[in-house]
Amino acid sequence: MKDQFVVPARLKKTSFVLMGVGLLTLLIGLIAFQGENATRFWAGLLQNSSFFLLITLASTFFIAATTLAHGGWQIAFRRVPEAISMAVPALCAILFIILMIIVFGGKEHIFHWLNAHHVAEDKILTWKAAFLNKGFFTTATIITMGLWIFFTLKLRNMSIEEDGWDLKPETGRKLIWRNTVWCGGFLVVFTLSVGSTTPWLWLMSIDAHWFSTMYSWYTFASSWVSGLSLIALFVVYLKKHGYLTYVNEEHLHDLGKFIFAFSIFWTYLWFSQYMLIWYANMPEETEYFQPRVWGEWRPIFFLNLLINFITPLLFLMKRDTKRNYTSVAFIAVVVIAGHWLDFWQMVGPGTYKHLVFPWYELGLGLGFVGLIIFLVANALTKAPLVPKNHPYLKESIVHHT
Amino acid sequence: MAVKNFVVGLFDDEAVLFPAVKKVRTAGYKLHDVYTPFPVHGLDHAMGLRETSLHTAGFIYGITGTTTALSFMSWVFNVDWPLNIGGKPHFPLPAFIPITFELTVLFAAVGMVMTFCYLCQLMPGVKKHIFHPRQTDDKFVMVIELTEKTNAEEVKRFLNEAGAHDINEQRAEAGWWYGRFDQADEDIHARPVNA
Repeated sequence: MKDQFVVPARLKKTSFVLMGVGLLTLLIGLIAFQGENATRFWAGLLQNSSFFLLITLASTFFIAATTLAHGGWQIAFRRVPEAISMAVPALCAILFIILMIIVFGGKEHIFHWLNAHHVAEDKILTWKAAFLNKGFFTTATIITMGLWIFFTLKLRNMSIEEDGWDLKPETGRKLIWRNTVWCGGFLVVFTLSVGSTTPWLWLMSIDAHWFSTMYSWYTFASSWVSGLSLIALFVVYLKKHGYLTYVNEEHLHDLGKFIFAFSIFWTYLWFSQYMLIWYANMPEETEYFQPRVWGEWRPIFFLNLLINFITPLLFLMKRDTKRNYTSVAFIAVVVIAGHWLDFWQMVGPGTYKHLVFPWYELGLGLGFVGLIIFLVANALTKAPLVPKNHPYLKESIVHHT
Repeated sequence: MAVKNFVVGLFDDEAVLFPAVKKVRTAGYKLHDVYTPFPVHGLDHAMGLRETSLHTAGFIYGITGTTTALSFMSWVFNVDWPLNIGGKPHFPLPAFIPITFELTVLFAAVGMVMTFCYLCQLMPGVKKHIFHPRQTDDKFVMVIELTEKTNAEEVKRFLNEAGAHDINEQRAEAGWWYGRFDQADEDIHARPVNA
């Protein structure tokens, strides 16, 4: 049984090439977008770093949610989301630097609430100033990121530590208990951050006049379904290379069901946000959809729905496609690309306004993909791929849908 | 439907039942059905039953619901009785979506339940032969259909070797008929030969 992952030379090369593409794009962007155009430089960075941070953080959420639900089926590949979550600290650091440069570098075209004169003249922004100000923004960002990193590392370290324990009923109970407690703690933090305030600060404040109570859940749904796809991609990759002996189509089937279900969940939130604004038809709310539905971004708006709803719905409806490694890998790539596009259309219209071919954003995205591959592959080598002392391991091995 | 001859055997344990099912199939006997007190994972596969088409039917019912909702609402608000509601267009697609969704779910759910009942021949006023009163209580009951090529004694010996007990031969209606379970019917269908 191959239980110790060794990074294949090809994967390492791929990750370096992708990171090279990302860095090159960043350099070209730095030269190409100056002065007025610098908005796009920072918007692209903000979009990509927040998207990729949230989809890796979805792995911590996956571990926490399945642990709290006393799920047993995922134990056979639990080390995969654990390894993906190990990319969270680095991506947090990148996003933090970008956010701090935007906020303290006075990038007012990204967040127009940064301009003090503008805020003073603007009644709505004056009211919101208690929430949308540099101090609160920075404090909230530091606290949330700190807690995410703390809980992510804690869950991972506990899991590795447990490999050295004896397999006894008492240790098994202790393992389940402490995992449940820490996962519960993380879920509280996660709900209050990704499920509530964090997307308001980082992304919704681009359109500072506009508000939507669905926004955070919408962002969460987007990142969660892409995070599940990312887990599925790594599971398929490892399985194809002869690792993860205990994982079979049954586990893949459940991951496929998750991707299917949460694609529909995302659509539900997408629609709920859109329909209420459409129905009430109030100018301060419809301004968000004006450029997206009736402006230049119209094709992207409908493409978003096509890729993220219609495609997974029809493709994953059949049982066979959820149980086939190639088809799950294919739809996982589609879903990740689709939700990257979703983040693009969330950030773009409010910052650089015009619809342009996103060569810069795509290049940066490839760089982040390379970085994630590099970090996750590295983390996978750090521990055996099967948590051998987990009491639910047997349940996972005999798992049958 | 037709009246057929069956050999019936009882099992106490699914661990004995599983190999027996496999043996029946390799021996080439015609397996009528296996009755279990609870759903047994993988039994359908061992029995060689084909994958159900119920979900395909569900998809078709769902699509029917979608079409019904969209076309009916469009007809009402555009052709039959156009109304100006809050200045919205006569074809307000977002406002139609919740109802379309509900009707899709309703059609798919109700259609699938009814199809499932039809396929299992479950319906009020419909009766099927019960091979053993404990077949859904705590016993696993295997029923083998006798054809011209199979010898009843041979099948009984085979079941005995496979671990069954209370082996008996029954002559019964294979399908359903009109009747009630709380009323005995004097129908010829359902009388065991040697009971």
